[in-house]
Amino acid sequence: MSVVNKVRINARTITDKEFFYGHKACAGCGGSLAVRHILKVLGERTFTVLPAGCMSAVGFNFPQLCFDSNAIISTFAGTASMMSGIAAGARALGLKDYHVVGIAGDGGTADIGLQALSGAIDRREKVIYICYDNEAYMNTGIQKSGLTPFGARTTTTPAGENIKGTVTTKKNMFEIVAAHGIDYAATASVGYIQDFINKIQKASEVDGTSYIHVYAPCPTGWGTETDVTIDLAKEVVDTGLWVLAEYENGEFRLNRNPKSFAPVENYVRRQGRFKHLEDEDITAIMQARDAKWEQIRTSWKLK
Amino acid sequence: MGQRAFLCGNEAVAEGVRLSAPHVIAAYPITPQTVVVERLAEMVEDGSVKAEFMHVESEHSALSASMGASAVGARTFSSTSSQGLVYMAECLHYASGGRFPIVMMNANRSLALPWSIYGDHRDSMSLLDCGWIQVYTEDAQESLDMVLQAYAIAEHPEVLTPVMINLDGFVLTHTYELVDIPAWEQAREFLPPYETVNKLDFDAPKNMAFSSNPGNNLEFKLRQHRGMLRAKELIAETDGRFQAIFGRSYGGLTEAYRCDDAELIVVSVGSVTGTCRTVADELRNEGWKVGVLKIRFMRPFPEEEIIAALRNAKAVAVLDKDISFGYEGTVFTNVNSALSKAGAEILKLNFIGGLGGRDISKDHIREMYRRLQDGLDGIAQENVQYLGLGVAIDERG
Repeated sequence: MSVVNKVRINARTITDKEFFYGHKACAGCGGSLAVRHILKVLGERTFTVLPAGCMSAVGFNFPQLCFDSNAIISTFAGTASMMSGIAAGARALGLKDYHVVGIAGDGGTADIGLQALSGAIDRREKVIYICYDNEAYMNTGIQKSGLTPFGARTTTTPAGENIKGTVTTKKNMFEIVAAHGIDYAATASVGYIQDFINKIQKASEVDGTSYIHVYAPCPTGWGTETDVTIDLAKEVVDTGLWVLAEYENGEFRLNRNPKSFAPVENYVRRQGRFKHLEDEDITAIMQARDAKWEQIRTSWKLK
Repeated sequence: MGQRAFLCGNEAVAEGVRLSAPHVIAAYPITPQTVVVERLAEMVEDGSVKAEFMHVESEHSALSASMGASAVGARTFSSTSSQGLVYMAECLHYASGGRFPIVMMNANRSLALPWSIYGDHRDSMSLLDCGWIQVYTEDAQESLDMVLQAYAIAEHPEVLTPVMINLDGFVLTHTYELVDIPAWEQAREFLPPYETVNKLDFDAPKNMAFSSNPGNNLEFKLRQHRGMLRAKELIAETDGRFQAIFGRSYGGLTEAYRCDDAELIVVSVGSVTGTCRTVADELRNEGWKVGVLKIRFMRPFPEEEIIAALRNAKAVAVLDKDISFGYEGTVFTNVNSALSKAGAEILKLNFIGGLGGRDISKDHIREMYRRLQDGLDGIAQENVQYLGLGVAIDERG
């Protein structure tokens, strides 16, 4: 299938047209920023599927319907299966030059929607699945998801005498999808927007299934100021707690390999959800980071 | 020209689907439904069906994918049974609320626990309120014909409601019968390609399957309800149009057999109706005034037809292959409600049987008529009775 837009998109060439406006997302929402960019890159000939979650809640409340291109809410578990059905229907009807994108949160991706995502990758559906990761079930009131990081306080992992917030670690969705032999997968952050845009564009050109996992801070859920979203989304990469990487042709490639990491302490201490952490908790977070980077630097392609 | 073939119910449905020219087929295998998807896969393989065949990973995904396909204006088919139907329960409500005119076959099968692969109506009856049109067929021919009729009804712009075609598991799905397969041209004459404005469209972009606030929700649900009510009129109309082209008809929402002067009537759903008719014929020969009323559609519910057929009877027995636990059989609740609203002061008994595939014999049906007569003769009757209880019941509870 030919691609809708062959022009490389950057800050100068990206469209002024808004496909997602008038929505009710909180100030400083990283998720809505991700959605705006995804739709600007993919353009008007796009079918967008969103499951139950923040972006459908803030964008689809009749009569305030905030998507300017074709968009539909799926069941919570059904993002990838509904996308598959759209792709199959569009193929059967002979439609040309279009994208099918799914934009789901961390819970909708890593927990309830994982089965359907696995099925879609297995079928090699030509769809783009994007997980905007704000690290908890934010729309329902900040409950722990499978992508909530170690230590984070949520309303279902309170930080008290006995439990210090979340005791599990994030599921590694990037490597889970890669293990399917997916055609293209990438990680991104709204803090490195050009990198994210490049990856959306690349995903749209893949003849098969693609997956992008974009880090998207949530001031409401994280207990942060509304004007530090981009700072945090950069810092998480600079500290090495999140990587920018791609998976293609059976190989992992690291896009950004910092010589030294920014201090984890600064990143953690400015977020209400980590306020209770003690020094040894931060040390444990850094040790886990270092172990992962050791593995990345020995087995992945570096840049 | 059509042709005749020896087909089981599943294969007859597959032929009906072929003749409906679907764009997308998505289904997950479950006994006793599997044969329909196997046949459809073969038809896609040999090119006799030009559809996208989706290998989905669950029943939830089967219907979710069907909704996606329907949302872009594709004609879609799915099929399931039992645990699979209840696994897709969330999507059943979603599909009807989204007004996606999907047609799906359900092979009626008992629900766990205890595990059973055999038939009863617990699966579909427990989802009577999911907003789908529900039809129960009696044989392979009716099953094939109903696929064509189901699309015609579901896709009507004033209905836009999904249809569930229920076949009794094994009894219908796996029994072979001689079936007339209509000609392709006749099928096209009856069922033209699906056209709708209710779709995601690049010329007129839409947001679909949205939320509504409390100030709008009832209005949306009322429109959905009215779509279902409109189907009531269209079902009989569609059957008439079908008869004009194919020469066969099924009588719309219900089918009354020897009910005109009947004093005792058995109300049945699905494949057991044939046995009921045989017994009714035998009893008529013995001088009994008996009849059988088959309910074909449980939703929309044929209230007026049931009242018209039953109100002059002296006693009515409703045969349920279902228990609404803590109450009675679901068909009985519905029939009783209709008769009560009509003020029909007649004896009404509920017989529950056939659960988990247990046979309902001619003797059982004779027993039902006999119990109705006993009731009329003043012998006290339990409102709910169980057909052919085995030895496993320990009366000590």
